[in-house]
Amino acid sequence: MSWTKEQLAALVEPDRAHRKAYTDPEIFDLEMERIFENTWIYMGHESQVKEPGDYYLAQIGRQPMVMARDSKGDIQVMYNRCPHRGAQICTARKGNTGKHFYCSYHAWTFHLDGKLESMPAKREYDGTNLDFENPEFHMSRPAQADNYRGFWFVNLSEGGPDLATHLGESTAAFDQLIDRAPGKETEIVGDCFRMVQQSNWKIFLENQLDASHPGVTHESTGKAAQQLEAKIRADGEEPPLELSFLTAFADLGHDGWTKFGTVGYPNGHSSLEGYMGLRPDDPDTNEYVRRMYEAYGEEKAEEILAVDIHHMLVYPCNSVQPPLQQLRTIRPLAHDKTLTEIWHFRLKDAPETIYRRSLAYYYLVNSPSTLINADDLFNWWKCQHGLTSSASEWVSFHRKAGHDEERDGVTYSAPDSMSELPLRHMMHAWRDYMTADAGEKS
Amino acid sequence: MTEACEILAASDSLAVADVSVETQLAVEKFIYRQAEILDEAQTDDWLALFTDDGFYWMPAEGDQVEGDGQPNIFWEDQGLMLMRIARNTHPRAHSQAPHNRLSHVVSNVIVESENADGDVIVRSRFHCAEYLRYEIRSFAGKYRHLLKKTPDGYRIALQRVDLVNREGPYDYVLQWWL
Repeated sequence: MSWTKEQLAALVEPDRAHRKAYTDPEIFDLEMERIFENTWIYMGHESQVKEPGDYYLAQIGRQPMVMARDSKGDIQVMYNRCPHRGAQICTARKGNTGKHFYCSYHAWTFHLDGKLESMPAKREYDGTNLDFENPEFHMSRPAQADNYRGFWFVNLSEGGPDLATHLGESTAAFDQLIDRAPGKETEIVGDCFRMVQQSNWKIFLENQLDASHPGVTHESTGKAAQQLEAKIRADGEEPPLELSFLTAFADLGHDGWTKFGTVGYPNGHSSLEGYMGLRPDDPDTNEYVRRMYEAYGEEKAEEILAVDIHHMLVYPCNSVQPPLQQLRTIRPLAHDKTLTEIWHFRLKDAPETIYRRSLAYYYLVNSPSTLINADDLFNWWKCQHGLTSSASEWVSFHRKAGHDEERDGVTYSAPDSMSELPLRHMMHAWRDYMTADAGEKS
Repeated sequence: MTEACEILAASDSLAVADVSVETQLAVEKFIYRQAEILDEAQTDDWLALFTDDGFYWMPAEGDQVEGDGQPNIFWEDQGLMLMRIARNTHPRAHSQAPHNRLSHVVSNVIVESENADGDVIVRSRFHCAEYLRYEIRSFAGKYRHLLKKTPDGYRIALQRVDLVNREGPYDYVLQWWL
């Protein structure tokens, strides 16, 4: 079938969404066209391409893109496609291409900014329409590419709000990734972990701010971490802070999660308040705070450290955890298949022990051996399978529906609840993107 | 650097030591027994394979020479190994139900070096099939063991596991060690 706007709009109700939004391949194609190729999608961080010739590949919507550092030190984003016969130019996911891009099919070469440089037997093009100055013969550029403080985004369509306007309140996530560094800079660490979820991309985003799942999904890991904490205490030692990242899942219990509010911002972005208490009174943390005071002054440093976001969801592509310097980005591959890139950052001039916390979370929660995401991935796979069933047509978002508070275009979850506000909020944004008139952006 | 990582990094990973048949057999038996403990899910016997400060290490990148302080696929001491066992055998470890099964074949066992104390560095290759949720997955790679000789036999001070596809992407989570 071919979906009309009315039919698409009818898939989202105030407190539920239709299962077809998750299971229909045609809807996935429309999502790529109307969302992932029509708004700002995360490409990567500037520190992934430090030197001239460094490049990084990522798929934006259905398009193969390359981000590179050119000979002047500027960052360029281009389609990873040769204008000659269409071959992909870079094949390794990341690397350094030297002084130019080189196509392995007929040896066309391009400057690092994508302009056509040369090819063998160049004179055979004399007297033809091939023009070295014509962008048609360059590596194509996306309609828009811009960065927010070094975090690069691509918009494959013209028009719509600029990047900063689109990001709106969600810029807090990126500000926090940088401002928490006493050296006022952040740097990506190594390569990312890449995980393929056998489920629809929306299921992942919905899970990130779903406060009612951790105590259930992650009970076994929380309990195992509690046992280890107890054993370490019995041996007369103090358990490392990172174990509390896991015991929180068991310690908080079901009701504990009601303390943390969720907020829905314009354009589909949303956040979950922090719960980990990452400012313990220990020498490492105190040394870090001292360096923050030194860098920013006490008042400004306290202002930065007071921002308490566990997850910021930058719709439709990022989940950022600023206090632990984690950033996940999604690359949807099919209606039932989603690639995630998981990155972590090092705060410049922070004590090594602060980096170790970030690394421990990266290992325990986000690595390919994680005992946390193991159960998440399993749930998402089960949801994807379950939703192919016609037993019911609807996915329920009823928890505290109708009880959220809206003030100045921002929605706040009902107090003392695990409101499903973020799930409703994202699906409403989804409906707006999917039903916008051609050329119009939500 | 971590001492065990340093020892492994300093050893020529293509060296072939001239060891006795007894040493070769004892080392092989130890490595095969470790694989059997995983394949037969004898979790009670796992921790005793390692020294008190031993590590199980699967680096994220091939050129890594240190596990500590760097991103890894696995970097587990006795504490984290204990936690993994407790978690994976918990009745509500949802994604472990139904329980998975592993089957290893370990071969190409070559002792790189043997010191005066009888400690050895040994490399080998493995293939492992994992059956999980009615599907089979396949893993392959290289082991390098730093084995300490003790009165009770060998103990692992460091096991390095290099998966051939370490850069991923992963459409699974490695819940058990390979």
